[in-house]
Amino acid sequence: MSPDMRGRSHPTYIAFILHRVSGLLLALFLPLHFWALGQAIQGEAALDGFLRWADNPLVKFAEWGLVVLLALHLAGGLRVMALEFLGWRARQKDMVAISAGVAFAAGVLFLLNVG
Amino acid sequence: METVPKGENAQTSLKVRVWRGDAAGGEFREYAVPARENQTVLDVVTQIQREIEPDLAYRFACRVGMCGSCAMEVNGRARWTCRTHVKRVAAPGEALEIRPLANLPVIRDLATDMAPFFDKWARAGGTFQPKDAPDGAVPAEFSVVPPESKQRREADAGIECIGCGVCYASCDIVAWNPDYLGPAAMNRAWTLVNDVRDGARRERLEAVSGDAGCHSCHSTQSCTERCPKNLDPSSAIAGLKRTLFWDSLWGRLR
Amino acid sequence: MSARAGRHLWVAQRVTAMFLGVAVLVHLVTIMVAVRGGLTATEILARTQGATLWFAFYAAFALAAGLHGAIGLRNIAMEWLGWRGRGFDFAWLGIGVVTALFGVRAAWGLYVS
Repeated sequence: MSPDMRGRSHPTYIAFILHRVSGLLLALFLPLHFWALGQAIQGEAALDGFLRWADNPLVKFAEWGLVVLLALHLAGGLRVMALEFLGWRARQKDMVAISAGVAFAAGVLFLLNVG
Repeated sequence: METVPKGENAQTSLKVRVWRGDAAGGEFREYAVPARENQTVLDVVTQIQREIEPDLAYRFACRVGMCGSCAMEVNGRARWTCRTHVKRVAAPGEALEIRPLANLPVIRDLATDMAPFFDKWARAGGTFQPKDAPDGAVPAEFSVVPPESKQRREADAGIECIGCGVCYASCDIVAWNPDYLGPAAMNRAWTLVNDVRDGARRERLEAVSGDAGCHSCHSTQSCTERCPKNLDPSSAIAGLKRTLFWDSLWGRLR
Repeated sequence: MSARAGRHLWVAQRVTAMFLGVAVLVHLVTIMVAVRGGLTATEILARTQGATLWFAFYAAFALAAGLHGAIGLRNIAMEWLGWRGRGFDFAWLGIGVVTALFGVRAAWGLYVS
């Protein structure tokens, strides 16, 4: 059953979904990330081998996706914390826009640096 | 009292899909009513009940947005049907879709059982508890509450709630966790937490705490988006979280 | 789970979030600086080997991320899958701790190798 999206299209709902889905994907990726790093970091030669593997375009693309997810989740978290701890009300919609901007900017910056 | 449709527009008809059924289940049925220049969704439901389906169950009282009893889901969004003009929710030629409020048990057709909604007001400590008269008696002295004080302004921001259930029906957390208190009950609790005359602050804060309370709110702000009175229950819930955080830190809670 | 325990999980979620907010920024900036001109093991290890501050940072980062992620997964599982109860709570705690330990192991590798 697909959810009825007619009442779930306001910016703050979309911000919630982005925050949740990015968080879910990061939480699933995190053990993998830590485990793979732990395996790779067994001296300089092993780490270099891992880095060479990580150099292929598919891994680079996945890394870019992770950075965007991280930036999105951070931005969504800032929105929630501003509402909860600072009691922001009226500026909530601007906050969603700023959050999206931060995430987008981080993605682009990373892309530029890699290229 | 039906007036005779006048003009070209009045002759065209409006398609309405109305959910018919009871707690066991139901389905949409289609009706056609005269399309008028000025008609509310409640007018349309009343027209169907009077002219086509005398046994259609629905609820209303004041028709002017004071009582909060006519809320339904109109084209996927919870609204007061008496204050919703058809032309605001359906483009010319578009059909209307009317369902009972979500997140509440259906009694029949468009009438829901509001008991779980009001039970949660009670569970969230929605009753004022006078500080100097715990038994509910009238205090000997009047309290002086400056209207401009920060706390009074916080309480005032949420005090106009009339308990229509629109926010409750719009809240996904309620749909996902049937025990969740919901926006209206916690909005009420927040007004009382800010009422300096109230003596049950600690009990109330503990009642709105945890997975069934404010800590499960994810600030989707559907309640704030839909509230027909433009209240901001989402911010009220955030206020409860903030207060609980600091009270917890300073050991003012169990 | 009691209302009190639920509140404490929320507090843990927010406190780790505050730390992670800063840590993620440091992490992202480090990545952006490090990927300039390609990554090499020598370069990474030169920064982290024997650097107690970096180790402490990465270990705290891993612990906070493991806990934060587990609380988030618990919320999602309760709301989207209906997985509630003590058994699930312990399972999430376990997953959080194991994740964090993997992270600390990786940070230790950077510190000593």
